[in-house]
Amino acid sequence: MRTSSHLVYLIALPLFSSAILLLLGRMADKWGHIFATLISASAFGVGVFEFMAMHSHTGANRAATQKLFEWISVGNLKVDASLLLDQLSICFVLLITGVGTLIHIYSIAYMDHDKDRRRFFAYLNFFIAAMLLLVLGNSYLNLYVGWEGVGLASYLLIGFWNHNQTYAVAAKKAFIANRIGDVGLSLAIMICFTQFGAVSFDGVKAGASHASPAALTAIGAMLLLAAAGKSAQFPLQSWLGDAMAGPTPVSALIHAATMVTAGVYLITRSNFIFDASSTARILVVTVGVITLLFGAIVGTAKDDIKKALAASTMSQIGYMILATGLGPVGYAFAIMHLLTHGFFKAGMFLGAGSVMHGMDDEINMRKYGGLAKLMPITAVTFGLGYLAILGVPPFAGFYSKDKIIETAFNQGGGKGIILGGAALLGAGITAFYMTRVVVLTFAGAKRWKDGSHPHESSVLMWGPMVVLAIGSIASGFLLSAGGALVNWLQPVVNASHAEGGKELMKPLVVSVLALGIVALGAGYAIIKYRTVPEVAPEKVSIFTKIARKDLYQDIFNDAVLVKPGTALTAGLVATDHHVIDGAVRLVGWVIGEVSDVLRKLQNGYVRSYALMMFVGVFIGALILWVVTA
Amino acid sequence: MNLLTLTIILPLLGVLGLVAVPKENTKAIKLLALASSVVTLISSLLMLTKYKFGVQGFQLVSSHSWFKVFNINYAVGIDGLALVLILLTTVLVPIVVVGGWNEAENGRWSVKTFYMLILILETFMVGVFAATDVFLFYVIFEAMLVPVYFLIGGYGRGERAAAALKFLLYSLFGGLLMLAAVIGLFVISIKQGHGTFDVTALSHLKISHNTQDWLFLGFFIAFAIKAPLFPFHTWLPGAAKSATPGTSILVLGVLDKVGTYGMIRFCIALFPEATKTFAPYIIVLSLISIIYGAFLAIGQKDLNSLIAFTSISHFGFIVLGIFAMTSQGLTGATLYMVNHGFSTAALFLVGGWMIERRKSTQVEDFGGLQRITPVMAWSFFIAGMSALALPGLSSFVSEFLVLVGTFTRYPLAAVIGTTGIVLAALYILLLVQRTLHGPLQAGNEDTPDLNWREKFALAPVIVALVLLGFYPKPAIHVINPATSQIMAAAQVTDPTPLAGK
Repeated sequence: MRTSSHLVYLIALPLFSSAILLLLGRMADKWGHIFATLISASAFGVGVFEFMAMHSHTGANRAATQKLFEWISVGNLKVDASLLLDQLSICFVLLITGVGTLIHIYSIAYMDHDKDRRRFFAYLNFFIAAMLLLVLGNSYLNLYVGWEGVGLASYLLIGFWNHNQTYAVAAKKAFIANRIGDVGLSLAIMICFTQFGAVSFDGVKAGASHASPAALTAIGAMLLLAAAGKSAQFPLQSWLGDAMAGPTPVSALIHAATMVTAGVYLITRSNFIFDASSTARILVVTVGVITLLFGAIVGTAKDDIKKALAASTMSQIGYMILATGLGPVGYAFAIMHLLTHGFFKAGMFLGAGSVMHGMDDEINMRKYGGLAKLMPITAVTFGLGYLAILGVPPFAGFYSKDKIIETAFNQGGGKGIILGGAALLGAGITAFYMTRVVVLTFAGAKRWKDGSHPHESSVLMWGPMVVLAIGSIASGFLLSAGGALVNWLQPVVNASHAEGGKELMKPLVVSVLALGIVALGAGYAIIKYRTVPEVAPEKVSIFTKIARKDLYQDIFNDAVLVKPGTALTAGLVATDHHVIDGAVRLVGWVIGEVSDVLRKLQNGYVRSYALMMFVGVFIGALILWVVTA
Repeated sequence: MNLLTLTIILPLLGVLGLVAVPKENTKAIKLLALASSVVTLISSLLMLTKYKFGVQGFQLVSSHSWFKVFNINYAVGIDGLALVLILLTTVLVPIVVVGGWNEAENGRWSVKTFYMLILILETFMVGVFAATDVFLFYVIFEAMLVPVYFLIGGYGRGERAAAALKFLLYSLFGGLLMLAAVIGLFVISIKQGHGTFDVTALSHLKISHNTQDWLFLGFFIAFAIKAPLFPFHTWLPGAAKSATPGTSILVLGVLDKVGTYGMIRFCIALFPEATKTFAPYIIVLSLISIIYGAFLAIGQKDLNSLIAFTSISHFGFIVLGIFAMTSQGLTGATLYMVNHGFSTAALFLVGGWMIERRKSTQVEDFGGLQRITPVMAWSFFIAGMSALALPGLSSFVSEFLVLVGTFTRYPLAAVIGTTGIVLAALYILLLVQRTLHGPLQAGNEDTPDLNWREKFALAPVIVALVLLGFYPKPAIHVINPATSQIMAAAQVTDPTPLAGK
């Protein structure tokens, strides 16, 4: 393996920029956004440079490491601050810095009217740095620093307008849900150290081959818990919808394209754990399937355009998580879907932001309608993302999502039918809710008031949307041509292209089935939403009611966690005062009474000390007796 | 003169200087107190030039006979454990003086008395960590109570007299138990040929298991009260509620560490057998402290007692690390003592400034400070992030070490302890949301942001939190030899990894 001395710049550049913008404060207001964007672009430049360097090497020398310094060393536990750039992490580096830079550019215009734009860009740069550390860290503990770092960035950005109480609460909710996931990651690291005496990827990989099945399953389950927190997977999914409180570029970058996919990275990075534990894989596919259906169902009932897209993100990540549980070849398809999703979902979020920008921050799709004529570029780029997520050939999702459905079916037996069937059903629901979003927003008659003046956004905003739309068209084909991504990732995940081999379902059959069900879903939405009432109808089916309530996730959490927790807190506060301190006060009272009696024997204000001395001598004598006995 | 002894007596020289300054000249008094604490800091840093890193045992030792009859000596020396805690003390005192520049004005006694008490306390705090004679340690351990009693009772707010008395009686009770155990140790050393209070000599005594148990408890209860560990914690919230921020920083940041320090230095090193007997029970108490402290912090309405309860949770982590008896646990716990000192200092400093401005200690009276006092809000936020052990800040390293060190020996305890990190996020983020976020609460409109003095006091704390987070190596490097020595004295080794290499 090569060593490189440039990897650190990927992280140091945006971290430095973030610190500068925060420390200079208002002094940097004039140029902060430009500076941050240039820094992000230069990090992308370093990423491209490193990608070229990888290409010029072959075999084991493709990957590169950089040891920065000895971080923690106690007993057996030796952890360096060290970075690893391999075939897996470079995919993320290019996605994070590439899409990240586009979103920086977009935000220059989007946040133009906000007096805190500089602070926004400081947070964005901080996010880029933390996310790069997450994917470049060469041990679970290094990864953990980035893992919580992106959580902090997400918290700061969701709560960017935290003078609004609702947004502040949403930010807190995201942090807490993530922390529950972080417990999983901490415990996974602890089990790894106890089992293997190592927390580096290499060390754990080496140890995994000797480990007991129970240990591997425990590590796998804890990593999955971590992934569920970060990637808004069942049962820790409830924060993502509320996270839409953040400015829309944040939703595009953090809560669609990059941070929320970190769970997929974690599982793929830990392939040696999941390959060795079939129980852990079952847990993974179960979480994936539940979430992909959960998100899709929630998506069907949302009138808030961002929440509809957020539900979709949750569902699409469900597909990725499902893929990572399908054995070695699944990892590559998960990453492929992650990359194509990064393009089309970020593009659609930016499109949603563009619509909101033109509609005075209106987010209710029932108050849109007929916007295609007035915002043609937004409509077309959004439309291309729409075709990509539906999996219409030759758009990006066709290559990545169909592969996941196909691989799920190829698991064989009842398992294959359940997983493949669920994935197929999810594709149909996806087609329904995405068509609903497009129809409600861009088609039909206008439902907005005459006061608003929808208009196309400036080039700073539609430029990035166009680039992402091109990605939505071409990325799937480019990544899968000749098995490009599968072969590229082979050294990391040990999957050969032929391994998807047991072809129980021909790819063509899967594609035809998928297209059929997608057409059904889309067609139903088109018919159903020919006319759209401006106020959401009250009389709806029980399914719609449940979906509108997010499948009762918040009511459930409130009843099971929040209410008992609040009661417990109140109970403990009372216990502390009345019982624990009460006992102490009782002892104090008794001593006080005794000293009152003794006081009569003495004059002087040192009575308490004297009593104490008396008791002390008594106890001293007692101890002397004990040790000499 | 021995640099260590010099560091101990320098603050006392400051006190002598203060005697000469007239009461009314408060500015001169403050400047002299500051100068004295800075000189002490420099002296303690100079010790680093004489200190041999990576070496076990006490260094910079010095011994003078005190009571010859009982072979009691003024005997001092430092190992890695003592060194980091002494540095924590000498760094925090000047910060407390600058940060709490005006906090002595409303006291029952003069400003002059306040700073004399602070400097006397500094001498005791450095001395207590430096003492290698158990009797000397005991004397300072008790003597420390006096300045703290007057600092809380004379300069705090609210029911300060009652809080100070409760603190004093609680501590005296613990101290008496320890005195009995100290005498017991001396008697045993006489019976084994040579009466001594020297901690190294005492660790070589052969003490029967049963006797060890009694003596262990004598020390441990005293330290558990000081630390404070559940259920001996109820003096702390009251004291923190009433004390000035500076006093709270010294009590929670340094003084309470004498408890956890003593557990390592005396309980484990002198009574290894008893340690093994009691460790499981103490671990249960520490887990209760972690979770109980966190829930009570969530439920507090008073800002100061909220911070105090977060500390009870954090002391649970420290005690957990100590009695896990692994190198990661012990080194982590020691590092935790240092990091918690800085982290609590930051919380009390900024919290104190918020209270000073708002003239209220109730959390509900704040709200929306982020908009109008961004620097103060950011400072409080960073202090909070350190309290919830965010990676990149120093407390993460120590908390992780404690948990991983515990997991290797007591996996279930570590799992329970890890839930503390979710609860920490809850108590900090709720506090942040209530005080800093949301719409501006009435009564906060004219709050000024931090001034230069306050920024100057806080900056070193935040630098320490970040530096020790990214590069804890120097501190770990100092602590590790002491940890190995304690482990050897207690005859324990780290569990080996279960799966083969």
